Formats: sequence, structure tokens, C-alpha cells
Amino acid sequence: MNFEAVIGLEVHAELKTKSKIFCSCTTRFGGEPNTHICPVCLGLPGSLPVINRRAIEYAIKAALALNCKIAPHSKFDRKNYYYPDLPKNYQISQYDLPLALDGYLEIELNGKTKRVRITRLHLEEDAGKLIHGGASISRADYSLVDYNRTGVPLIEIVSEPDMNSPEEARAYLDQLKAILQYTEVSDCKMQEGSLRCDANVSIRPRGSAELGTKTELKNMNSFKALQKALEYEIERQTEVLEENGTIIQETRTWDEREGVTLPLRSKEEAHDYRYFPEPDLVPLSIDRKRVEEIRAGLPELPQARKKRLIEDFKLPEYDAKVLTLSKHMAEYFDSCVKETGDAKLVSNWLMGDFSRLLNSRGMEVEDSPVPPKEMAFLLKLIKTNKISGKIGKKVLEEMFETGKGAQTIIRDKGMEQISDEKTLIPIIEKVLEVNAKTVEDYRKGKERALGFLVGQVMKKTKGKANPELVNKLLKDRL
Amino acid sequence: MSISRKDVEHVALLSRLEISEKEAGVYAKQLSEILSYMEKINELETSNIEPTAHVLPLNNVFREDKVEQSLAREEALKNTPDTEQGHVKVPKIV
Repeated sequence: MNFEAVIGLEVHAELKTKSKIFCSCTTRFGGEPNTHICPVCLGLPGSLPVINRRAIEYAIKAALALNCKIAPHSKFDRKNYYYPDLPKNYQISQYDLPLALDGYLEIELNGKTKRVRITRLHLEEDAGKLIHGGASISRADYSLVDYNRTGVPLIEIVSEPDMNSPEEARAYLDQLKAILQYTEVSDCKMQEGSLRCDANVSIRPRGSAELGTKTELKNMNSFKALQKALEYEIERQTEVLEENGTIIQETRTWDEREGVTLPLRSKEEAHDYRYFPEPDLVPLSIDRKRVEEIRAGLPELPQARKKRLIEDFKLPEYDAKVLTLSKHMAEYFDSCVKETGDAKLVSNWLMGDFSRLLNSRGMEVEDSPVPPKEMAFLLKLIKTNKISGKIGKKVLEEMFETGKGAQTIIRDKGMEQISDEKTLIPIIEKVLEVNAKTVEDYRKGKERALGFLVGQVMKKTKGKANPELVNKLLKDRL
Repeated sequence: MSISRKDVEHVALLSRLEISEKEAGVYAKQLSEILSYMEKINELETSNIEPTAHVLPLNNVFREDKVEQSLAREEALKNTPDTEQGHVKVPKIV
């Protein structure tokens, strides 16, 4: 039978406030274990939480950027569960009156635009980090807890089950991450856990309107993991149904090393959270005027920016999309174009070698050891034929490696392009002399022979000769 | 409204409370009585009254986003039965 997947995502993003959501501890990532904690985030008797105003503002900003309606009244609730990642034995979250409802975002895939609805966006506190003293949680003899992350403000964004493939889910997460970064409410670093994603997935016969039994997938720590876990899970469910089995509604964890999803033991999961209104916090009444101010202050969002790149610079759609998915990349692009005036050249280099060098170091654009000014300088050298593209690649690599400027590297390594006829002519004449046979071939009409001769000149000059000039000088002599 | 012995046992488990069989019976009876008593409130006409989320006539109590000194780790972990390398050490979870 032909099945179709139905996917909904629950995304958690840490807000980049300076202090935690209900107390004044820092939200800084890392730090010595258990040094960013206080009586409030530890839930010591007598301590009382007070809401961080900026956390509310950031959440409203994110919700507006995701086309949500902001609730006029909202409140916090206690979600009760016993698990050592929270020392209070409950998490302050939002249950029946979330801050925002009913939004959407648009994803683009294979030239088609699709709207994915967002059910709700609510605020809650993050939990601590557990380290298990064994190969896995079920094999551990004990666990160690670091509460530094406890109380860092989180927004949870729940989508409708509007996605039908792992690619669509990935595109949704890409777009969501981009929007949260553009609005500057979250760093969205999956490797640091400031962006996390769970997925609900089920399958049904294509064309059917009914939803199948879903499973919930957890522990996907990268975009790639999300896609791979979904692919695996869809295939697993398809096999179960094809063998006339039944899907069990359960939570499964993605095992990155084995590349499989595995059921979590039911003890870890008690969906009986006995929510009740948080008595230590008074409700929120959202000021409409303030909401409109925040709306008016929203920055240009990724899709608008992408459109602008296409219109202003005539960039291909694909380039524009890749360059605008990260705000830092879009800004990097803009500053390079400003300096060089050549959008296509900048785009090719940023999407090519620059991205490759970042990826191989596990770096984000904002961590690049090469500032945009230096990159632009290098590109100008290439544009004006001071160095060839090939040499440019080597220089950029050196720049990443050493943090030195292009100018210094080219000078120190003698990499400048040779565009001086007086230097080139003797080399060319020598090449012609040694390759008399090839010269003859060319004269007989074998066009390709010219390429070989150019190659020989480049070899003799260690790739530094200006290829256009070499071409011209060779042709003059043939 | 009646609370069964099974309800009591379920809630006790969720709250990690150990109760004897005798206690489960006692609590089931007491909780049922309390809830029945509370049901009286349902007789009131409330269709035009906004739900109360909090008993205080207050809303929007905020603090500014300012970082202050956290506890010293020794202080924070003073009451922890077991620690290891600055972490709280807890028994096997599952």
C-alpha cells in the first residue's frame, strides 16, 4: 500500500535574556556545574519566582514573527512530574492559556510554497542537565545533575501535523530557526541545546483523511538527525502496517550511533501532569499597545530578505534562500557586496568555499575567523585578477587557519598573480618550444591542445599566471 | 463526586507517596467527602463571571532582566546527600 507520513513538530528554543525567567541567575551557557543557581531555581522553601519582563517581550516578538495571535490574558501553570532534572518536582509552564495561538510559517520546497500552521506558543522554564554514569540511562548505576540550565526561559512552539515528509519537517525547522534568529530572541544553537526539536509522526494510506496512531520522537540533536530519525521511523511504521501489525502509541528516542529509533521505557513517561495554576505567580494581562509596538519593531524576516536579494541582485532563488537562512550569513553577504559590488561573486564564494571551511570546523558564520571586510578584500583581488580563483581558495584556507589577512598571506607566500607580460613571455616561449608536437596539433585544428599549453604555463608559474593573459599571449604566438 | 481507592493509589504513585492499604481506604472516603462538599459551588450561576486565575487582584508583576550573584556552589549543594565533581548525584533513574 502507498502510505503518506503526517508530521508535527514541537520545538523548544531558549530565549537569550541575560537572566533566568523567574530569578536573577545568569543564563550563560556552560560554566562550572551548579554555579548558576539560587534558592528560586532550586525551589528552596520560602523562595518566590518573579517573571522576567524581557522573557515575555521576547516571546511576544517571536509569536508575532510567526503570525500568531497574542492572548489578551495568559497565566503560568505547574506541570508536576518527578524527575531529577528539575529540583522543584514541577516545571512552571503554560497549560490552557498559552501566550500565543494560531500562527503559521511558510516553507518552500522544490519551488512550491506550503503553509504550516502553528497551534500555540508558550513560555516555560528549562530543566537541568543529566549525565548518566553508564552507556545509557537504563544501564546507568547513577546520574549526575547540573542545574545551571534550570530556569532558563524557553518558548515551546507546537505545529499542526501539516508536514508530510522528512524534507518538509527539515524545511520547517530551518525556517523557524531563521525567524527566531532574525528576531534576535534566541541563538538557536542546536549543538548547545538552545534549539531542540521533538516530532510526532504517523502514517496513513495516501488520500485518507484519518490520522494513524502516532509515535513521539525525542533526542534529535541536529537538523540531519531530525531528518534521519523521521526517515527511519516512517519506514519502521510502514513495515509494521505492511505486516498487518499495529503501531503502538509511545515515545521513542533517536539513537544516533545505531541510526534507529527505540522505545523509551514507559516509566520515564507519565502523561499525568496534574497541571494547576501556579499560585506563586500572578496572571498576565497583555497590553495591546505594547504588542503593536513590538509588531512595528519587527525586523525584516528571512522571506522578505530573500525576495530582496532576488530583486536587488538578480540572484538565483536557491542562492538567495541559502544566504538568508542565517541572519549572520545574510549580513555577511551584505557587507561583502557593499565592498566588492559583485553579488554573484560574493554569493558563489560564501556558498562554496566559505561555507565548506566553516562546516569542516563546525562553526557558524558568526564565529568565522575571517571578518567580512577581509573576505571582501580577498574577493576584490580575485575580481581584479590580482590573484586567480584557485590561489584565492588557498589564501582563504590560510586565512581560516591562521587568522591572518589576505594581503599578508599573499605577500608572505609570494602568491600574487603574474599579470606582467615581460615575466610571462619567456615562460610561454619555453613551453611552446618544449611542446612542439602539441603546437602542431593545435595548428592542425585541435582546439583542445590550447588547454594543455595553458596548463603547462600555469604549472611553471605555480598557478600564479593570469590565465586570461596566458591565453591571449599563447594565441598570439600560435 | 466519588474518589475510588484506585484513584488514591494512582495519585499516590504519581506523587511518590507510600500509603498503606488501610490509608488508601481512609483517604478515598475523606477525599470523596471533600469533593462532594465542594460540589455545592457548582450550584452557583457563573456563566457571566470570568474565571479567576489567581486570588490576588494583581497582574503583570515583573522584574527587570538583570543578573545578580548566584549562590556559591558549596552553599547551594550543602543539603545535597551525595555529590560528585560539583554535580548532584542521584540514584538510578529508570
